[in-house]
Amino acid sequence: MKSFRNVLATTPGIIAAGVVIGVAAVVLQHLGNPGNMGICIACFERDVAGGLGLHRAEIVQYLRPEIFGLCLGALLSSLFFREFRPRGGSSPIIRFALGMSAMIGALVFLGCPWRVILRLAGGDGNALFGVAGLIVGVGVGTLFFRKGFALGRSHGQSRMTGLMFPLFMAGLLVLSLIFPFAPGQARNGVLWYSLKGPGAAHAPFLVSLVVGAVIGVIGQRSRFCTMGAFRDMILFRHWHLFLGVLAMLVAAFLMNKGVLQQFHPGFANQPVAHTDGLWNFGGMVVAGLAFALAGGCPGRQLLMAGEGDADAAVFVLGMLAGAALSHNFGLASSTAGVGAYGPIAVISCFILCLIIGFAHCAWRGDRV
Amino acid sequence: MSVKVVDARGLSCPQPVILALDAMKREKSGRIEVLVDSDVCVENVTRAARSQGWSVTCDERRAPAPGEWLLDLSKE
Repeated sequence: MKSFRNVLATTPGIIAAGVVIGVAAVVLQHLGNPGNMGICIACFERDVAGGLGLHRAEIVQYLRPEIFGLCLGALLSSLFFREFRPRGGSSPIIRFALGMSAMIGALVFLGCPWRVILRLAGGDGNALFGVAGLIVGVGVGTLFFRKGFALGRSHGQSRMTGLMFPLFMAGLLVLSLIFPFAPGQARNGVLWYSLKGPGAAHAPFLVSLVVGAVIGVIGQRSRFCTMGAFRDMILFRHWHLFLGVLAMLVAAFLMNKGVLQQFHPGFANQPVAHTDGLWNFGGMVVAGLAFALAGGCPGRQLLMAGEGDADAAVFVLGMLAGAALSHNFGLASSTAGVGAYGPIAVISCFILCLIIGFAHCAWRGDRV
Repeated sequence: MSVKVVDARGLSCPQPVILALDAMKREKSGRIEVLVDSDVCVENVTRAARSQGWSVTCDERRAPAPGEWLLDLSKE
């Protein structure tokens, strides 16, 4: 039976994947990544956008090697296991809009679902509002699925199409090797760097890259997906993916609490977080809904982009654009609280996601 | 006995599982063929079918094109 060939896709496999991601993230924090942000796809893509100068928020500019590692790890894994499938054409512009909405929501909360887990594991009580928002957002998404929501079929594409996004990632990786971070310099060549704030907090370059690549391989093989975890539970009562998320939470918590003393329970003064419960919740509702409609959390989208899925790649590009807008327009939150236009942006994106949802409910495929 | 066919090629998560579960719910027993075109869908549909008490065999050779699979779901 085919599925048995893939050990990481079994129940013990997904649990092992969750443990590895949880432990690796907490170790990355210990080695220099920001607090409760060992690995956060939304935050790190935002930092990448900053490093490229797509936005000029000085404290969040750094080409995070974890992002490139994840995508390229997934590419190598999919090539090795013959799972690299160039595909695309399933409503790309809609996926771009969903990626933008997801990023805008995530940056109001300050984190992707991976970081929700890491913030919880670090004792950040504000993340409880994020979890609640994520569940509600994904829950709304499942209502659309029950009504037949789908973004249409993807089709096989040229090898070059499948390789385009990984090449883009490899190109950025090369750029950050040519123009590396130089202490005290906010700019090296074409790239921007943070001298203070979360963007200046990072584990050694090579460690970040290698850990990212390992997670890329494990994520690609295990199909680890935080949004899918909640979606499958709500929609099908399937616990498979949820066990992976739970394993990540427990592993990160035990590492924080027992090994590295990084567990600090409370609401106030949490690293890279604010205490506005309503918008911690609201931001994640929008993000959760956008992830659900697009079929994967940011980590999963990045991994699928590495496997040749051009639609997932467009979602990631949408997230990069969303990050740029978030900081250029003052939508993103900071430790001081929610940005001036954050709430209205969240509401607008929520309405947009609802419209996208309703607009694609009529689709019934070729059901037999 | 006629075999129901579900074409889930090109669909992203969770559509293939939804279509397969819909078919299983409607048919209750017998045979259903599910066409998919990704390893993830093979795993997901297999897991879902087994959770409903259906047995699953996977045949790459009977699929219409390379990179596609035909999942054979059956229940007494």
